[in-house]
Amino acid sequence: MSQKKIEDIANKEYEYGWKTDIEMDISPKGLNEDIVRLISKKKKEPEWLLDFRLKAYRYWLTLEEPTWSKVNYPKIDFQDIHYWAAPKKKVTLDSLDDVDPELKRTFEKLGIPIVEQKRLANVAVDAIFDSVSVATTYQKKLLEHGVVFCPLSEALENYPELVKQYLGSVVPHTDNYYAALNAAVFTEGSFVYIPKDTVCPMELSTYFRINTEGAGQFERTLIVCEDNSKVSYLEGCTAPAFDTNQLHAAVVELVALEKADIKYSTVQNWYAGTPETGAGGIYNFVTKRGKCIGKGSKISWTQVETGSAITWKYPSCVLIGDESIGEFYSVALTNNFQEADTGSKMIHIGKNTKSTIVSKGISAGKSANTYRGLVQINKSAKGAENFTQCDSMLIGSKCSANTYPYIDVRNSSSTVGHEAATVKVSEEQIHYFEQRGIPAEEALGSIVNGFCKDVFDVLPTEFAVEANQLMELKLENTVG
Amino acid sequence: MLDIKNLKAKLDEEDKQILNGINLKIGKGEVHAIMGPNGSGKSTLSKIISGAPGYEPTEGEVLLNGKNLLDMTADERAKEGVFLAFQYPVEIPGVNNGSFLRMAYNAKQKYQGNKELDPLEFEALLEEKLKLLNMDPSFLERSVNHGFSGGEKKRNEILQMLVLDPQVVILDETDSGLDIDALRDVAEAVNHFKNEDKAVIIITHYQRLLNYIKPDFVHVISKGSLIKSGSKDLALELEEKGYDWLVEPVKA
Ligand SMILES: Nc1ncnc2c1ncn2[C@@H]1O[C@H](COP(=O)(O)OP(=O)(O)O)[C@@H](O)[C@H]1O
Ligand SMILES: [Mg+2]
Repeated sequence: MSQKKIEDIANKEYEYGWKTDIEMDISPKGLNEDIVRLISKKKKEPEWLLDFRLKAYRYWLTLEEPTWSKVNYPKIDFQDIHYWAAPKKKVTLDSLDDVDPELKRTFEKLGIPIVEQKRLANVAVDAIFDSVSVATTYQKKLLEHGVVFCPLSEALENYPELVKQYLGSVVPHTDNYYAALNAAVFTEGSFVYIPKDTVCPMELSTYFRINTEGAGQFERTLIVCEDNSKVSYLEGCTAPAFDTNQLHAAVVELVALEKADIKYSTVQNWYAGTPETGAGGIYNFVTKRGKCIGKGSKISWTQVETGSAITWKYPSCVLIGDESIGEFYSVALTNNFQEADTGSKMIHIGKNTKSTIVSKGISAGKSANTYRGLVQINKSAKGAENFTQCDSMLIGSKCSANTYPYIDVRNSSSTVGHEAATVKVSEEQIHYFEQRGIPAEEALGSIVNGFCKDVFDVLPTEFAVEANQLMELKLENTVG
Repeated sequence: MLDIKNLKAKLDEEDKQILNGINLKIGKGEVHAIMGPNGSGKSTLSKIISGAPGYEPTEGEVLLNGKNLLDMTADERAKEGVFLAFQYPVEIPGVNNGSFLRMAYNAKQKYQGNKELDPLEFEALLEEKLKLLNMDPSFLERSVNHGFSGGEKKRNEILQMLVLDPQVVILDETDSGLDIDALRDVAEAVNHFKNEDKAVIIITHYQRLLNYIKPDFVHVISKGSLIKSGSKDLALELEEKGYDWLVEPVKA
């Protein structure tokens, strides 16, 4: 045994790297106004939405791809992507019995049964396959409580006013390069509406599956939580192992009205590319933002990011309502050739607003893991408080970790606390476990889980165990 | 029970030899003390036996009941019954001490085909062992060795020994840095543990631990070689005269 022990890093073979063979309706590669119109037409969208898309597309044309992040990747050829890919067989969303058995099997295999019993009995699932939703469970039961949980395209049919009111209200198409792109070509996503004085009776969850080679996935999720209401939502994702990198550029918008409470959790396990070179992994460029509009409202982001070749993502909170609360809890694990540049933005506008950022970055192999965060406390945000903790863990000696915490405080009655630590897993620690009979891999898993505890503790219990196991899988063969 | 045969070892990264062919037989029920100047290779010997990273055996073998430990992974050696109380126990922040103990215990239970214990059952098993060591149960709530005082770390090592009930234990300067009470607790725990089926190796500089735990044999290692073996009286003699009288003739 030697220094190599911890450095000998190879990913466990990616479990979800298979592809479903199913007849698909795929748009030709390339991006232009006709493609934007085609998507809008396929989805039978109202005129205003086509205008929304075209405006975004024309704006996007004026932008340059951003280069400020720490991630390195070859220039993306936006003309080499399919912007529409959907199973040919028409999906009727009326009954789960009508879902194509092949798609049912696909999600079953992913551990996401599209049936209303079984393992995830208290979780309603929207299953999205490339560009379309193939099924949403428990919709009727949720509607009995006034809760709307459906694909965005269905919401456009049934609740056009709500969608029109809020779509783009948190992340406008002018926000950034990928947000503009998404606004032009988004195909599917989930819509959640929780009426006043309602605690959503189930966990809501969307599972995103990319299946078509060369297709991008551009989903858009919108969650609106009215006064005194509460919802917990989880997003999960996987993709087959292809040779070419694939683009995933999502937008998530959360709106919390008075005393509303939204908890948004992500377990991201997109294909990371081959362990040897990183080829074929997903490029994950995501804009996630929540607006705490109402007084005393709360938005909490929890993310466990383990996949993708590149992750570029900063779930943020705009704290407008007085006494509103923003939280960000993150575990980002990079291994082999993965790169992650992730963190959060907390924008304090209302009085006595509070925010907490807890970020745990774990780097193994030759990966690079960057925390980038902004805490901005405006003049109006009297008595605002922020606490930030960003810790890094290094496994082996070929990886890197960086933190860029930006703090901008514009009044004197606010407090900002910042803690940061970098720890290295030592061979001596691993040996200590081994000497007590615990194999090296379990030892590393245990050390990493200890490091992530603050974040795992706030994950919905249904998923905490899975997150734990996922981390262990991802680190398999990291030692030994 | 433990048979060390012509064991030679070096550091992974350097060619410098640290152990120059150690021969030592330790029978069931025996207590052996290993003494010797700082830097003579005592800890290296224990780390080679435990399979620690950074050290490489270059010749010889270490047989436990006829099986060569050097062919096994470190965790297998532990589960075969080798326990090393480290001279400098490492801190593991974030890993709960109680969970760690149970994880270790269950790893061995599983290896031996025995029943693994749930947290409640395990708590019951721990109770008496904590008492024996005068340790407060609050120790279990802390991270493994994290922020422990020197004495607390050593007690924790011995607690692990009691829980894992190994066949061969090596105590590497477990007595160093202990106050009188802690020394007594540790010694009593070791005496409670040892019986005719166990083998105990005590690496120490001082007679005071050996007053509690009577060794059957005393060995002196110097510059990577075993230069003298004797009865427990040898330890007394060393306490009085130091090592020079043994080491000098080698130089001459
Ligand atoms: N990890 C190490 N790096 C460098 N030198 C080491 C290391 N471990 C042991 N040595 C050297 O090997 C020799 C024996 O050390 P050690 O076994 O710790 O002695 P002891 O325990 O008898 O005091 C010493 O010269 C020491 O400096
Ligand atoms: Mg030593």
